[in-house]
Amino acid sequence: MSELNELYQQVILEHNKTPRNFRKLELFTHDADGYNPLCGDHYHVWLKLDGDTIADIGFQGNGCAISKSSASMMTSSVKGRTVAEAKELFEQFHSVIMTKIGDPVSEERIEALGSLGALAGVREFPARIKCASLAWHALNAALTNNQSTISTESAKD
Amino acid sequence: MIRRKTITKHSTTYPIDSIRNEFPILGTTVHGRPLVYLDNAATTQKPEAVLKVQETYYREQNANIHRGVHHLSEVATFEYEKARGKVRNFINAGDTKEVLFTAGTTAGINLVASSFGRTFLQAGDEVLISAMEHHSNIVPWQLICEERGAVLRVIPMDDNGELLMDEFERMLSPRTKFVSVVQISNSLGTVNPVRRIITAAHAVGAKVLVDGAQAVAHTKVDVRAMECDFYAFSGHKLFGPTGIGILYGRQELLDAMKPYQGGGDMIRSVTFERTTFNDLPYKFEAGTPNIVGGIGLGAAIDFVNTVGLDAIGAYEQELLQYGTALLSRIPGLRIIGTAAQKAGVISFVLEHAHPHDIGTILDREGIAIRTGHHCTQPVMQRFGIPATARASISLYNRTADFDALAAGLQKVQEIFG
Repeated sequence: MSELNELYQQVILEHNKTPRNFRKLELFTHDADGYNPLCGDHYHVWLKLDGDTIADIGFQGNGCAISKSSASMMTSSVKGRTVAEAKELFEQFHSVIMTKIGDPVSEERIEALGSLGALAGVREFPARIKCASLAWHALNAALTNNQSTISTESAKD
Repeated sequence: MIRRKTITKHSTTYPIDSIRNEFPILGTTVHGRPLVYLDNAATTQKPEAVLKVQETYYREQNANIHRGVHHLSEVATFEYEKARGKVRNFINAGDTKEVLFTAGTTAGINLVASSFGRTFLQAGDEVLISAMEHHSNIVPWQLICEERGAVLRVIPMDDNGELLMDEFERMLSPRTKFVSVVQISNSLGTVNPVRRIITAAHAVGAKVLVDGAQAVAHTKVDVRAMECDFYAFSGHKLFGPTGIGILYGRQELLDAMKPYQGGGDMIRSVTFERTTFNDLPYKFEAGTPNIVGGIGLGAAIDFVNTVGLDAIGAYEQELLQYGTALLSRIPGLRIIGTAAQKAGVISFVLEHAHPHDIGTILDREGIAIRTGHHCTQPVMQRFGIPATARASISLYNRTADFDALAAGLQKVQEIFG
């Protein structure tokens, strides 16, 4: 499989075309913007925490196939998980896509990522790694925001 | 499917092969494919002559300028000032005093905004820029307008990317103190009617800066015929090194303006009580400049003059027409920027593929284009798009480059359907 085919796998193209959870949450506890000023990719992520569990998550915005599919797969992957589990998943995902070209990444590590493993090919494209991690950084920022009450205010952007 | 002409016809007299031979990088490969370089609006490649003078300078001439009595300092000063003379001739400035070396177009515009602004702008005055300006011709004016209490207004454009000139002329009033416009748009390719803009602005007493970053490598510039007050451009978009640029300014304005940066070379005498400033152009050239950059720019200008801007302009128009026709036939492709007067920039969007994905796929084919907002976010907002893919041409491009681009775009469509 060529590097391009590995980057643009069917599952990625499919998530790009019909992103999951591509909606604003009316009731949310946390939210944050993910913006890459250099390329203009821009997403907003909304979260509803129930105790320590991510009960619901949605995103909206604009960007390339890699950033949009990554955001879509992220929302599917973390929904129903605890905050700690979501952060752990991000750590694993981040360490895979940040692995230097040429350094081996074991099948187990990719499989442990579930559907997110489809994005492992992005590490062959250093300029695009930031696309794959953009929504995750927004999620991280949202979780750090520490809003204690559910907000129905519109997003800050 | 993309239909393509297989036979292309260039001006028979244009020496494309010998020109390409002057640029070593054009013979390299990227991802195993011959480089197709269509990102010239971002920066141009460098000919042998420019590479050579820079190496010669550091090997044989390196010294600080304008201060040493030793041989090398005299040589370096001579070469640097000779380059200034070449620039003067190139843009037909009246005097080398009016030719300031800067770090680039951005630095030149910042110098004018800050220095002209602090000298002449008053609360309630108006500064006009256009809807298609690069961020570097927006932000410096926002900063100085805020500082001086002046008002920044924007000349609108239509769906083709042409300025609404009637609207512009209605915006002009005795409050208008400055107009700063781009000669050729980097994201749309529009060639603006700068002569008409300058005449109208002068009629109400306003001064005009023309951002020539995208113009100087493609069309002859004569600042005196244009009658602009300031003209800024970068060396690296003109086959010269990065980090060097030119600001032309009319002498009486530069004389009246406050200095921009203080330091060595820009002073006549310094005491702790009072400093007097050097003559033009040195009043605006504080500190040790980019000497090798200036010399490299001089060599780049020699190169351009050898080919001739009339020949370059005519050749690039042919290429632009060829590329526009070819890309227009691709289903789902929309060209952004369709002004009647255009230079060699083709910005486009594809129906199902985001520009960054287009850029990555083309890169694997060895094709370099720019994707993103091109430092013109308001232009993207005006057209309701987040980004474009942009192919921009230079004197060394060929119709074959557009054939490769079209084939690469077909690959994009195969992936994105």
